[in-house]
Amino acid sequence: MAEHYDVLVVGAGPAGLAAADAAASHGARVGLIDAQATLGGQVWRHDVRSDAPRVAHSAFRAVESRTNIVHFTRTQVVAAAPDRLLVEQEGEARSLGYASLILACGARELLLPFPGWTLPGVFGAGGAQALVKQGWPIAGKRIVIAGSGPLLLAAAATLRKHGASVVAIYEQASAKQLAAFAAALWRWPQKATQAIALRAALAGVPYRAGAFVRAAHGDAQLRSIEVQVGKNIQTVECDYLAIGYGLVPNVELAQLLGCALDADGRHPRIVVDEEQRTSIANIYAAGEVCGIGGRDTARIEGAIAGHAAAGVRQAAIKLHSARRKARRFSVLLETRFALDPRIRELVTDDTIVCRCENVAWSALRDFADARAAKLQTRCGMGACQGRICGTALAELGRFARGGLRPPIFPARLATLADADFAANPTDPFIDSNQENFA
Amino acid sequence: MNAMTKLVRLHVDGVAIEAPVGASVAAAIAQVMLRFGLRPGGDARAPLCGMGVCFECRVRIDSVEHQRACMTIVRENMRVETTAEPAHG
Repeated sequence: MAEHYDVLVVGAGPAGLAAADAAASHGARVGLIDAQATLGGQVWRHDVRSDAPRVAHSAFRAVESRTNIVHFTRTQVVAAAPDRLLVEQEGEARSLGYASLILACGARELLLPFPGWTLPGVFGAGGAQALVKQGWPIAGKRIVIAGSGPLLLAAAATLRKHGASVVAIYEQASAKQLAAFAAALWRWPQKATQAIALRAALAGVPYRAGAFVRAAHGDAQLRSIEVQVGKNIQTVECDYLAIGYGLVPNVELAQLLGCALDADGRHPRIVVDEEQRTSIANIYAAGEVCGIGGRDTARIEGAIAGHAAAGVRQAAIKLHSARRKARRFSVLLETRFALDPRIRELVTDDTIVCRCENVAWSALRDFADARAAKLQTRCGMGACQGRICGTALAELGRFARGGLRPPIFPARLATLADADFAANPTDPFIDSNQENFA
Repeated sequence: MNAMTKLVRLHVDGVAIEAPVGASVAAAIAQVMLRFGLRPGGDARAPLCGMGVCFECRVRIDSVEHQRACMTIVRENMRVETTAEPAHG
């Protein structure tokens, strides 16, 4: 059954919420799609033990109070046809038509392979934060936070609030780079205030710069880690390791729709113009999908996209200078948290790179591109569809991420049977997914 | 009122447990064990990304295979099964 919306927004984080609100403020009929059960995306994820920040609350209220916004929770986009998306909501297929589409799909963590990273008890840093917010039992557990970027502090603060014993935070960026980052923060007073609050919340937790995790050890689960601190290698016992190297844009849907991507860096982002319009006239993008810039950038870009998609250019133009200022933060993040090249060399021959299909680093040695490796080794053919290993291999400089084919998330056969979205039955990737996830 | 006081009862591999309203199935499983399934090759797998990307937390929920435990909220009387045997390989 086809439903139609003036503006369809994918993602209910800061960018998507601002976009839906802005478009609806001009009377547009808006559909807001998100895979989670509650509004907020990753950064404003629902916490079973505490209330969302005030700014998140007001964003939720704005969207919930508008009767011309239909909110599709627990809804995953599976495939696309011209001006329509095929989505799956709790196992039911729906076809949602749109006049304009706004991609606010956010970002995921950059998770890099190292010996032992597949042990139970090793999470992403934002991953651990997300799990704990939704009730993962953490009280009294010893947890090490490692990787790179401001997210480490936010994750550590959440974990501590929930009762974890945070053993240490290991930031790979050097002390010099961190000092330069801190010195530049005054330009974003809200972020500076936030940083001070986080430091206070983490009083007594060792924070080491220029330090990174080399390996994780354990039997059935994590027991200890090896950390490089300066010239020394230390062994640290812990129950959990939360490790992430920053964020990468979720561009899979944009890729499927044919939107132009900027692939200059290791991780592609969506190319947009001043109005957040992609290379496709009625498709907009906002927030982290356009390059990692944080929640303030996301809110401004979301609002611009929402106004523009509703056809009210004037309201969008008013926000241009605010966006330029917010976007400078992206450059600061990229330069100050640039990865220590030694981190890309931690993998050993028997380190599993593709976790879904259990493919080791050594098995990938002879392949020149992602597609050849996939066909021969099944690397990237599993349930995550290369989101983890493909991104890691791109960061490691092995090969660029392969293109994604529908369904972009594992879907039921009944969903895929929708006549308008009928897939090409000769496609080996689709066959593989149907076999595993029918 | 503290949200933690409201509890949902469910089963993980036959073990009856209680989890707070709004908790994820991943959090409920973690009360019992860290093994969510096995990867091809036989090693245990457990959540990694926590946000629906990696599928390392996939389990069977009320007889439906391959549900992401981190993306699913606990419901009263839910039956969660971790998969003991690898998918293939």
